[in-house]
Amino acid sequence: MLEIKDLHVSVDGNEILKGINLSVGTGEVHAIMGPNGSGKSTLSYILSGKDGYDVTAGSVTYEGKDLLEMETDERACEGIFLAFQYPVEIPGVNNTYFLKAAVNAKRKYQGLEELDAMGFMKLMKEKMPIVEMKQDLLTRSVNVGFSGGEKKRNEIFQMAVLEPKLALLDETDSGLDIDALRIVANGVNSLRNEERSMVVVTHYQRLLDYIEPDFVHVLSDGKIIKSGDKSLALELEDKGYSWLDKSA
Amino acid sequence: MSEVIEHYVSEHASLKDVLPGNDLSWLNESRDAALQQLSTQGFPTLRAEDWKYTSIRPIEKRQFKLAQEVGHSVDATSINGYLYKDLDCHLMVFVDGRFSAPLSNLGDLARGITIKDLSTALREDSDVLKTHLCSAADMTRNGFAAMNAAFMSDGAFIELDKNCVVDLPIHLMFLSTGQHEELTSQSRILILAGDNSQAKIIESYHAQQDSVYFNNITTEVKLGRNANLEHYKVQEESKKAFHVATLQVDQQRDSTFTSHSVSLGAQLARNDINSWMGDEGATCNLYGLYVADGRQHTDFHTRIDHAKPHCSSNEYYKGILDGHSRAVFNGQVHVHPDAQKSDAQQANNNLLLSKDAEIDTKPQLEIYADDVTAAHGATVGQLDENMMFYLRSRGIDYNSAHALLVYGFAHSVIEKMSLAPLRKHLESALVSRIPNAGQFSDMVED
Repeated sequence: MLEIKDLHVSVDGNEILKGINLSVGTGEVHAIMGPNGSGKSTLSYILSGKDGYDVTAGSVTYEGKDLLEMETDERACEGIFLAFQYPVEIPGVNNTYFLKAAVNAKRKYQGLEELDAMGFMKLMKEKMPIVEMKQDLLTRSVNVGFSGGEKKRNEIFQMAVLEPKLALLDETDSGLDIDALRIVANGVNSLRNEERSMVVVTHYQRLLDYIEPDFVHVLSDGKIIKSGDKSLALELEDKGYSWLDKSA
Repeated sequence: MSEVIEHYVSEHASLKDVLPGNDLSWLNESRDAALQQLSTQGFPTLRAEDWKYTSIRPIEKRQFKLAQEVGHSVDATSINGYLYKDLDCHLMVFVDGRFSAPLSNLGDLARGITIKDLSTALREDSDVLKTHLCSAADMTRNGFAAMNAAFMSDGAFIELDKNCVVDLPIHLMFLSTGQHEELTSQSRILILAGDNSQAKIIESYHAQQDSVYFNNITTEVKLGRNANLEHYKVQEESKKAFHVATLQVDQQRDSTFTSHSVSLGAQLARNDINSWMGDEGATCNLYGLYVADGRQHTDFHTRIDHAKPHCSSNEYYKGILDGHSRAVFNGQVHVHPDAQKSDAQQANNNLLLSKDAEIDTKPQLEIYADDVTAAHGATVGQLDENMMFYLRSRGIDYNSAHALLVYGFAHSVIEKMSLAPLRKHLESALVSRIPNAGQFSDMVED
């Protein structure tokens, strides 16, 4: 589904990613762990198309297409979803309306009929239990006045509604207390299926107790320095990131 | 005296006998003094600090005539398009600045409320008007204030007795027909809200045609103790019109005044909003939105005086400028030496959608007390990149995301309005005004 080959990325002339190779198959869940500043968020942003990142070498292929040639909204319509580490507040734009615009943009792209108010409400009702989404969060402006946990729930709720093929979860666990983490992780798990791939970027092993990955990769200084199964995450937790730096 | 001022002096001489209240000597004296003021002072020039960024040359270039009679071709059905859907209200309609009794519908008025047109009020309540008319608004402030005081050809008088709570909003609709060339209206509105009274008053300005005219309006508001007034102004004049308005508010102890002012129309619109909080515990909220494109020029000058302790003011203005439009915001807050425990908040945020649009924004806090909470901020810029990325990462294309964010920017002002029918009207107006926002017409709240 996703093929990253020798990807080099710079920001303002500083090389952040220094040759990433990663292959994500359909239905697989990959965890990418690493210390702060290792390039984890850069990887999420480059896959979703944020401005300000220069690809200096390498390629990213998504479902056989050159991902780096696609606009951000085109990628989303093709099934890529980024759950933000810091969800953006948008004053004055109603959360429900925003979601409806997103769902219909995607449906239009796919050549499907746009949902009317009724059809959309039905979809919302169906998805709300997944992250125990509260009604009042839907009537407010996007993420405005939401707690940290509510913002992350809103991200996973959007994911549930938009049904991506490839979900990128960028530090979805950061800053969450254990109750919020459970709700968010349960939401993610219920969205796991054989057709949906996920790349879970995290600093902490704790998230992987709830979302069990098929593969774990360790990112350090812009490179994947070690890959393995979920036991690698436990080993990392035990020994710390410095263990890898020494062994690398 | 310039040629244009001479024109208005001779207009005044020829109209003197037909202006409302011409049998009242105090009023004639006041009008004469104002005319004298206008003659000596003239209209403001760019040399005056308060008019530095707003040239009124296009007004000065023309010799506007005062409307003499109500336009007869306006019938009740043509008014319907300007009414706010689902808003029950006490309605007063002014056509080319003249009160139209047949088009107005005051409905059932509760005890303790008086709503009259200016001529009737000057006939029936001249003692009250003698005390209050021109007492809040200073006619020496500038030539436009003097001009209005000299001519005040029509308008409204609203009085709320002590403890009077008006359930329905009072809607003052000003419609310009464009049936005659270059007319001017010099309207005067006086609002006296007694102790503990409460009301919502709307001033709306509309045009039937894209014509040139000049509205010069003065609204005086006096709030008694603990009175609560929400004042709405929706300015949707013709894009060729000139609109100059002063809203002068005098607040007693524990009173709350809230202004929502939306400026969408006119080629040149200038709003002066001034509130004097003369006793403890008063609150003044000024909210505003201006949207301009083409060659429109819009100017908001506000001044809030914290004269006594424990008063609070909140100011929140937003502007969206496109094309070659230009806007001015000047927010003056004056905290007097006695006014300890004052809380003054002010924000002015502007979106520039084109490289030729221009904004001059100036927050101006003058604080002479030492125990005060105050904050102000002004921003000028384009849309936030992170917001754009967030929307686009959900599949919304660039143009649509842009439109949605511009709408959201404006909506955060509109959502402060408590009158839902007005919010709805303005949401529709924004959807049709903002480029590419038409697809979001279903966003307007039901």
